[in-house]
Amino acid sequence: MKKFSKAVSALMASVMAASMLAGCTDAASTETPDTQAQAQGTESSANGGATFKIGAIGPLTGAAAVYGNAVCNAAELAVEEINEAGGINGYQVEYSKEDDELNAEKSVNAYNTLKDWGMQILVGSTTSACSIAVSENTKADNMFQLTPSGSAEECVKYDNVFRVCFSDPNQGIASAQYIADHNLATKVGIIYDNSDVYSNGIYQKFKEEAAGKNFEIVSEEAFTADNATDFSVQLQKAKDAGADLVFLPIYYQAASLILTQANTMGYSPVFFGVDGMDGILSVENFDTKLAEGVMLLTPFAADAKDDLTVNFVKKYQEKYGEVPNQFAADAYDAVYIIKQALEAKSATPDMSTSDICEAVKAAMTEIEASGLTSAKMTWDASGEPNKEPKAVVIKEGAYVSAE
Amino acid sequence: MRIDKKTKDNLITYGIVVATFLIVQALASTGHLTNHIKGLLVPMTYYAIIAVALNLCVGILGELSIGHCGFMCIGAFTSAAFSKITAEKIPSGPRFLIAFVIGIAFAALFGFLIGIPVLRLKGDYLAIVTLAFGEIIKNVINAFYIGIDSKGMHFSMENQMALGLEPDGLMVVNGAMGITGTPHDASFTIGIVMLLVSLVVVLNLINSRDGRAIMAIRDNYIAAEASGINVTRYKMLAFTISAAIAGAAGVLYSHNITTLTASSQYFGYNASIMILVYVVLGGIGNIRGSVVAACILYLLPELLRGLNKYRMLIYSIVLIVMMIVNWSPKVIEWRKKTFANFGIKKKV
Repeated sequence: MKKFSKAVSALMASVMAASMLAGCTDAASTETPDTQAQAQGTESSANGGATFKIGAIGPLTGAAAVYGNAVCNAAELAVEEINEAGGINGYQVEYSKEDDELNAEKSVNAYNTLKDWGMQILVGSTTSACSIAVSENTKADNMFQLTPSGSAEECVKYDNVFRVCFSDPNQGIASAQYIADHNLATKVGIIYDNSDVYSNGIYQKFKEEAAGKNFEIVSEEAFTADNATDFSVQLQKAKDAGADLVFLPIYYQAASLILTQANTMGYSPVFFGVDGMDGILSVENFDTKLAEGVMLLTPFAADAKDDLTVNFVKKYQEKYGEVPNQFAADAYDAVYIIKQALEAKSATPDMSTSDICEAVKAAMTEIEASGLTSAKMTWDASGEPNKEPKAVVIKEGAYVSAE
Repeated sequence: MRIDKKTKDNLITYGIVVATFLIVQALASTGHLTNHIKGLLVPMTYYAIIAVALNLCVGILGELSIGHCGFMCIGAFTSAAFSKITAEKIPSGPRFLIAFVIGIAFAALFGFLIGIPVLRLKGDYLAIVTLAFGEIIKNVINAFYIGIDSKGMHFSMENQMALGLEPDGLMVVNGAMGITGTPHDASFTIGIVMLLVSLVVVLNLINSRDGRAIMAIRDNYIAAEASGINVTRYKMLAFTISAAIAGAAGVLYSHNITTLTASSQYFGYNASIMILVYVVLGGIGNIRGSVVAACILYLLPELLRGLNKYRMLIYSIVLIVMMIVNWSPKVIEWRKKTFANFGIKKKV
């Protein structure tokens, strides 16, 4: 037995060494079949095969796969459209995506994998914590990073990182202002997820901003991801405190349960959500009548009637068989924003990653983009977008502009 | 020079680690390592370290702990908080050294405190209580808000606003958002040094008088107690050392990734069980096996990235196959027979 285990451990050690070596030689050729196919497809382009390489990172597997897939699919769609229309500055675009499983450590690994592939610009990461971790590396490499949906404040603390979505604090502030300006309520209850970065961020700023406004926060109740099934206690407290509006800075799955349970206990205040609430109408087994009158601040509504949205939703549905959410819209915009910035500086793929970063960085503060999530977006050097939040209200099972 | 079998065995273990380090360094300096592999090196070392720590608890002490990531969490948070506060005051070398001392000390302290009630239990009961403590640690840290400004330290368990921080104050631990912006101090060299240190500690402990006492408790509790071994003392000793080494892994972790959140995917029981998988596959009580298994099992899903979604499936299949090949009595018998023919030459 001893002999044997020794032999095994020697074998394992050699396997380990071999696997590391294999890793070294392999990684250059581990491009997925579709990127190779793309590479072949683009070789016939007018510019002798030089291409822009854009990478995307998101949780493609696991609990948050909905968001990662939305981002990666929409970015892919945008890249395909751009290639069909002749590329950026006449150069085709190659695209690759990597999975981070909603894990900051894996996100950095995904980033390194994409770097080996030759990525020049990063669209990602999808989620805040991952995006912050990756930004440390993009900063060191001076690679341009545009996160579609990393909404925590720290995501854009470096000058090479910009974002498309609103930051958490901005959403909190905008919500408080909207409620005050439109006299929606006098007493406000809040139910938030204190194990979630996104929810906490919005809640904290909402509370700060609410001080001195024409409404009063009468109940603040928290839940955590581990007990996000029963909200009767939180709702009862809000009801007892007489809240006529309940602010829900949370994602739609929990919100759908809150609406159902509020209905069961006969409590019907105005429910006010933020962009995480988008998607509530597509929750399985959820009676959409309960969402009647729910208001939310969101940059994107899939059933808006403008040409851009209609076209995007149609193409996305054809290709991926589902209605795109706001994460998809943010990512789609992100790719077009990069295109606009590259075109503004006439950047070419043969420039170094760092030069492209400097060019795009400079362009970002000058361009005025228009896309799915806003008709007019501008950026300052801090990386925060300036765009108007849109408030929508749910009427007869559809999002309608609240104005 | 005559060296006994155990010393030789230990030297082989150190040799493998050092040889791996030298090979990797040689490959890196000649530019043969991709960015992807370079990024995996530090995580590999800290997972190997925590696998060694858990093997001390599971294999040598014989008590199943499924909350070991909780100690890693404590080491990570205390050291990251220290590094963040002193980021501009102390140069990175000594700062990281002190961070190690702090992280290890706190993890050991909590290992000791938790050990007092936990080690009165045995077997399944102990496993479940360690699981609970791992979760408690994670959830309590999630509720902490700590800030620092000119007036000193502010602490709250409510929210960020309750701290009443001055505008130029530094938010250290921000509840569920954890700690962001920890300086990036960890490197592969430091990771390997820590791995060697933890191997020296654990292997020497095993071969010492204390180690034999600990293993006697594992093999027969009643006999050990009857022959005058202070059972509680030795159990506490092993558990505390194990927690301290897990804390060291946490320090490396938090100084490698700049965002640190006490959420389930990093420090929950799933993560603890993943470490347990490393230990079981590497061989319970086989320290060298833990190191090798941790490295292989951490590398595997990463190297299979090219297969996209199938990699999770392949990873699970590899787990099952490795388990059968390593531990099924029938396979062991078959392999013995096969290797017996040319076994003498094959044996190292």
